Amino acid sequence: MALELFLEGDPIADTKAPTDVPIGERWSERKFRGKLVNPANRRKMTIIVVGTGLAGGAAAATLAEAGYKVKSFWFQDSPRRAHSIAAQGGINAAKNYRNDGDSVHRLFYDTVKGGDFRSREDNVHRLAEISTQIIDQCVAQGVPFAREYGGLLDNRSFGGAQVSRTFYARGQTGQQLLIGAYQAFERQVAAGNIETHSRTEMLDLVVVDGKARGIVVRDLVTGEVTTHVADVVVLGTGGYSNVYYLSTNAKGSNTTAIWRAHKRGAYFANPCYTQIHPTCIPVSGDYQSKLTLMSESLRNDGRVWVPKERGDSRPPQDIPEDERDYYLERKYPAFGNLVPRDIASRQAKNVCDEGRGVGPGGLGVYLDFAEAIQRLGRKAVEAKYGNLFDMYARITGEDPYSAPMRIYPAVHYTMGGLWVDYDLQSTIPGLFVIGEANFSDHGANRLGASALMQGLSDGYFVLPNTITDYLSAGPFEKVPADHPAIVEAEAGVKAQVEKFLSINGTRTVASFHRELGRLVWDYCGMERTAEGLRKALDRIPELRKEFWTNVKVAGDAHTFNQNLEHAARVADFIELAELMCIDALHREESCGGHFRAESQTPEGEALRNDEEFAYVAAWGWTPEGEPPVLHREALEYEYVHLAQRSYK
Amino acid sequence: MGLTCASSYRVLVATVTTQQAGQSAGANPGPKRDPKTGRFGSSVFKKAVMAVTGIIFVLYLIAHMVGNLKAFAGAETFNAYSEFLRDLGEPIVPRLTVLTIIRVVLLVAVAAHIWAAFSLWKQAKRARPVAYVTKKRVQQSYASRTMRWGGVILILFIIWHILDLTLGAVNPAGRDSLPYGRLVEGFQNPVVTIWYAIALIALGFHIRHGVWSATQTLGHSNKRRERALNLFATVFAVVLVGGYLLIPFSVLFGIID
Amino acid sequence: MQLTLRVWRQPSPQVKGKMANYHLTDVSEDMSFLEMLDVLNEQLILDGEDPIAFDHDCREGICGSCGLMINGIAHGPEQTTTCQLHMRSFSDGDTIDIEPWRSGGFPVVKDLVVDRSAFDRIISAGGFISAPTGTAPDAHATPVPKVDADAAFDAATCIGCGACVAACPNGSAMLFTAAKVTHLGLLPQGQPERDSRVVKMVAQQDAEDFGGCTNIGECSAVCPKGISMETISRLNHDLLGALRANAVPAS
Repeated sequence: MALELFLEGDPIADTKAPTDVPIGERWSERKFRGKLVNPANRRKMTIIVVGTGLAGGAAAATLAEAGYKVKSFWFQDSPRRAHSIAAQGGINAAKNYRNDGDSVHRLFYDTVKGGDFRSREDNVHRLAEISTQIIDQCVAQGVPFAREYGGLLDNRSFGGAQVSRTFYARGQTGQQLLIGAYQAFERQVAAGNIETHSRTEMLDLVVVDGKARGIVVRDLVTGEVTTHVADVVVLGTGGYSNVYYLSTNAKGSNTTAIWRAHKRGAYFANPCYTQIHPTCIPVSGDYQSKLTLMSESLRNDGRVWVPKERGDSRPPQDIPEDERDYYLERKYPAFGNLVPRDIASRQAKNVCDEGRGVGPGGLGVYLDFAEAIQRLGRKAVEAKYGNLFDMYARITGEDPYSAPMRIYPAVHYTMGGLWVDYDLQSTIPGLFVIGEANFSDHGANRLGASALMQGLSDGYFVLPNTITDYLSAGPFEKVPADHPAIVEAEAGVKAQVEKFLSINGTRTVASFHRELGRLVWDYCGMERTAEGLRKALDRIPELRKEFWTNVKVAGDAHTFNQNLEHAARVADFIELAELMCIDALHREESCGGHFRAESQTPEGEALRNDEEFAYVAAWGWTPEGEPPVLHREALEYEYVHLAQRSYK
Repeated sequence: MGLTCASSYRVLVATVTTQQAGQSAGANPGPKRDPKTGRFGSSVFKKAVMAVTGIIFVLYLIAHMVGNLKAFAGAETFNAYSEFLRDLGEPIVPRLTVLTIIRVVLLVAVAAHIWAAFSLWKQAKRARPVAYVTKKRVQQSYASRTMRWGGVILILFIIWHILDLTLGAVNPAGRDSLPYGRLVEGFQNPVVTIWYAIALIALGFHIRHGVWSATQTLGHSNKRRERALNLFATVFAVVLVGGYLLIPFSVLFGIID
Repeated sequence: MQLTLRVWRQPSPQVKGKMANYHLTDVSEDMSFLEMLDVLNEQLILDGEDPIAFDHDCREGICGSCGLMINGIAHGPEQTTTCQLHMRSFSDGDTIDIEPWRSGGFPVVKDLVVDRSAFDRIISAGGFISAPTGTAPDAHATPVPKVDADAAFDAATCIGCGACVAACPNGSAMLFTAAKVTHLGLLPQGQPERDSRVVKMVAQQDAEDFGGCTNIGECSAVCPKGISMETISRLNHDLLGALRANAVPAS
């Protein structure tokens, strides 16, 4: 490994999980050992929660219920808009309502294995334990989960799981769960326990005497930059898929909050672990602003194919059966079209790279229902997939009943995030990170229907219990408004805003974002090579330089200015992209969502290297031009035995 | 995926057109006024007042129409019926008691209906301080759109109608005439008949939306009933208005004289 | 295709707004409506103009951020969200009027962006079930009849976009309020607070400078989630019941 890429730092380890007791007792033991906060003292303590998604919204509501003073911040116009709302599939819980052999241990086992043995056992086990409480909580709040005729909750099997443990609310589970959390949140707003800051973006973290004590924010309507101080800061600001420009994330989803915390000293773990979803609607032109995901269930009846000949531009109906390549069925006869997400995605990329892709730009493969329609009848297909077909027709203007759909993979979740210990505390004392913003539970690959589970677990049940141990030492000394740390942070934010507006170059923020996205997608996307990553690492610093000298940002600093918001986010994405590529380059193995072409089995499957890489890569920030510092957290598997995945 | 903005998109910033008053309200959080948790402040309560008083009017209108149709039985029957209304309840209660009660109830109902309507009208005006430059209708019926101005026509009509046929003050037959005579003399004038017809058609539209709206306001509509309710409202309005219009046109064309 | 856009421009709440004209060429029919605006904005930025502000986020029809009055119809000619509207719904040479939601309850922030925090306050007034974290019984403790669960879900699909208010001739938010009252009122968990919920929520909707409902039906016709007028009937039913029960809330 080249030395200039990164510096080796001290190893890092979680010290909070009580590993002296069996794994099933660790969570209750941790809650017992952690110190509590007297109810009378809670009123004296302020907690900042940034983000109002499943994690942030649930945490703010729960902490406010407990009696703390909560200040909540979000950049959208309402807390109900957080991107958790877009999750479709469902939420896992080890309820075993189907009596099909599910258990906490099985969910734990499946999640560790699904994460390709790159997650921390203690955290995952706790997640599986809490999963059941989440469902109880949500039902009590009035979340309208799907039910059977007997009035009990319905479950389905999801993402290839052998048990039916997924609870769902049609295709809008995320929306319903988020609205449950949002309602609990609004109840606390009414009770006066949550102070709200709508359309307000966190732009820096204030660290005083080594502790996180506040945030610098910009009011997106008035442009005013202010600092809010508190006893503790919680970030629930989501993932960073938008580094790819085109992803299934909402347009506003960004890395800015966690990235700026990272620059203040919080380690960033496993940034290269990203998840690609195989069944998205492909790009139709240059103007494309985002990608839309369609449920994976489509692969249950649809057959994936491309023409055998490269550059075959005939309409799909005119391509005879023997000139089609049903490549998944050919390569994986046992699983066929139902291979896991990462394999389906990578194979689609491979056939497109061979020049056999279909549709605009050759970036798409067919998902064909002709056979299913013939076998089951159009009615049955319509009953099963009607809403997805309608969505496809609305977006593409094509009728999927008469011509095959075109699909292509897209990024939709990032497993990496700020490093946290068992208490969800980052390497900055007093900075807690929850939900997709942390790295904690999914290892190198997240299972379907587990994101909602983790967000709510962190928000409702984990953080409110672990944060007390830190707060038991509080309330902390007041930080005066003229404290040097605040003055410095505020000045930095203002200077950056002014800098953006003063460059007045020739390229738009969006054009930089598109170029960055293309670069990361090409070299740090579905398949990564040392050569490609080096290319990206050559180009990103150039792009960063060009951005800071040639970007054109419209408007001014004192009014509602969406272009300025975007500029700050893209500036952070550029820096993050570099770290992602370094992380991807240093991890010379394939695992989960990280596929290094150099590390594969003879059959082309991801090949892990447990000897050398069974660790979490937690990166420390260094100023521009200096290589980042790698801190390794060794991963040990006491309860789940390391094994290679195989879907042949 | 393109790397740069395609430069072929041409944008010409040109003229500025329509003038509209801008909103002056700042984006400051917090409601404009304190929530009205009292019984009478709620907009839904006002709607219920409109619905209940509306039902009173509809019941009255049915009875009134049935009474009107007695005109076909001739002057004697009609005038006798008119007397009967005054005698109603006698001898249990003195003459005119029941009729007076009916009149008081109607008067109170009219006042309440108008109060609720104005109150909701005011609220609706406050709710849209800046008008749309372009606004299209997607669903709304002509009836629903004309409730307010239709209502104004109706109140003017009712005032005239009482002066004309109840009191005879503006009737060509004069104050001392009998009801049948007022009816015949009045409707022999085509202008009167046309004005009456216009008002009745306005009433029809008012009832068409009112019946549906009252059901909805009182919480007795649902998805399954929606179509049937609307159909019923239309048929009912047509029958009622038809029943009323039979008389003036029969007079005009000499069927009743 | 070529288009003429007439767009409401209003720099800030204090300044009067006006319609401005833009001509756009080479618009692809596969673009979404918001992508068309993106393209316009990038060009405006390069030309040194102020880009048009509009709210948007998920761009897949679920977050409820986007919402424009397009040619006089909330969310435009298809019954969906603005982000799911594509340019193939328009023809070459069309003139398209684009305005913000207009309501006393939704003051303009800038251009096409309005402040919809009134909706949050309506929810805050009572649109919840009081179930503090950790207090829940087992999820199967109370079975819910499937018909009720399904009807509650239909109402719960509301995305809070505000199209109902924008389209209503009275500027009423009753469909939004009713969707929440119906969602929670149909579930057994929502019964204890059913009376006080509806009274408080309706009081808040009235206090926010929204109009009263006169059952016209524009709201439901433009609702991207097709929330039914039945929800308003249910709200009315619940409110009148609550008033009869004298459920005027304590606070």
